[in-house]
Amino acid sequence: MAEKIKIALKRGASCVGCDIAIVNFNEELFTLLSVADLVFSPTLLDVKYDDLKKMPDKSITIGFYHGAVRNSDNEEFAHIMRDKCQILIAYGACAHMGGIPGLANVTDKIAIFKKVYKETFSTVNPDGTLPEEKSLDKEGHELTLPRFYDEVYALDDIVDVDYYVPACPPTSDINNKILTVVKEFVEEGKPLPPKGSIIASEKTLCDECERKRSGEIKVDRLYRIQEIAFDEEKCFLEQGIICLGPATRAGCGAVCTAANMPCRGCMGPTASVTEQGASMLSALASVYGMTDRETELSEEDIEKLMMQIPDPLGLFYRFSLPKSQLGRVVKERVE
Amino acid sequence: MSEEFKPRILVFCCNWCAYAGADLAGVSRFQISPHFRVIRTLCSARVDPEWILHAFRKGADGVMVLGCHPGDCHYIGGNYRTRRRMALVRMLLTQFGLNKDRFQLEWVSAAEGEKFARVVNNFVERIKELGPSPYGKLERRERKAV
Ligand code: SF4
Ligand code: SF4
Ligand code: SF4
Repeated sequence: MAEKIKIALKRGASCVGCDIAIVNFNEELFTLLSVADLVFSPTLLDVKYDDLKKMPDKSITIGFYHGAVRNSDNEEFAHIMRDKCQILIAYGACAHMGGIPGLANVTDKIAIFKKVYKETFSTVNPDGTLPEEKSLDKEGHELTLPRFYDEVYALDDIVDVDYYVPACPPTSDINNKILTVVKEFVEEGKPLPPKGSIIASEKTLCDECERKRSGEIKVDRLYRIQEIAFDEEKCFLEQGIICLGPATRAGCGAVCTAANMPCRGCMGPTASVTEQGASMLSALASVYGMTDRETELSEEDIEKLMMQIPDPLGLFYRFSLPKSQLGRVVKERVE
Repeated sequence: MSEEFKPRILVFCCNWCAYAGADLAGVSRFQISPHFRVIRTLCSARVDPEWILHAFRKGADGVMVLGCHPGDCHYIGGNYRTRRRMALVRMLLTQFGLNKDRFQLEWVSAAEGEKFARVVNNFVERIKELGPSPYGKLERRERKAV
């Protein structure tokens, strides 16, 4: 039998759902563990950060880094993982594109601290204490905290990444794909995909989705999913429920639309574009409120129509704001 | 500011109307502010919203999209698509924190050399008032190019 490879899991700014996604390999987890030893995973194993630091460089075959980079600790470990692992995978939407934590790029550190440590309903902080990188406890010991950044980054903004595994979290379809690649690499010596590959499909989510389309999509009114008794077989977009399928990469198995939830786009942009938000914007603008009387509409009418789309930024960049062209929100005077 | 602010402005012109309008403005020798660059596209509908965002990322202080008047599109309905997209682009840019005047959509026909000069000059003036785009001077790590 071929020698086992070593794998490691490390989280950055992560909800740890990605660790759970690995556990969700279910019985396939044994297949994975038959070809690979898990040598480091703070969530699943009793290990300390120092254990990872002490491992020789490049001694781990494949490292999975999940979560975004939002503080100095995340960044330090992104570098450590890069040093220790021969192959580094950005696992999950957060490592791939910034993900949900990346939505914090609509604001900055000062505003976040103010909100979280002073203003929320459940905060009791009469002295207005804010986290500090260095502080002393009562006995005079120095305590440290990682530095909180103004901006959230995807993993490849910080270190070189070999492969991307999208989705929030990666679904079993995607995990099985990785497993096959890893297994064939270990057991048969098959070459790995070219560096920079996204382990998913080259198609668009709509190609993978089984909901019925009538052909030409026309959206007359927009609904939130709870506002309408929708047809469970039909395409969401045709029923006026915004679905990011047209602007999203396939590969997840269209699990959400199959479970009656519109797609929110966690797989990121399709292979042919780089900006998921702009591509969804174009798709939606071309079908929403189209009438045969288009020529009679004034520019104001069009503007009013588009104003019905609530929060385009949050909607179109839910998982990809740090990787969008503009990356973060700025503040400019409005007059 | 010691040095005069020289805005960097990108103007997308459709081939059939706005670009011809720009040409006419040129041969008619209308005075036009020099702070803009033209990119010609076959139709204003060819202007992908991503390009506009990319221009701002690269430090543009303002972006204009100029196309044929509604009803006059060389490709019949391209500009109707354009105005739908651009309405949404403007909303998005405002959400990104830019002043809405940094982006403008205008209709310029092949006969409107004078209008071309006027809208561009007005736009340049407005951008000068607004000053440099916050994206141009944003201090940030160089992200991996997308
Ligand atoms: S990709 Fe999703 S599941 Fe994974 S860490 Fe990010 S938020 Fe959690
Ligand atoms: S828009 Fe959504 S529901 Fe419709 S086909 Fe595409 S993925 Fe499926
Ligand atoms: S259907 Fe959409 S939101 Fe759901 S997993 Fe696939 S890409 Fe993500």
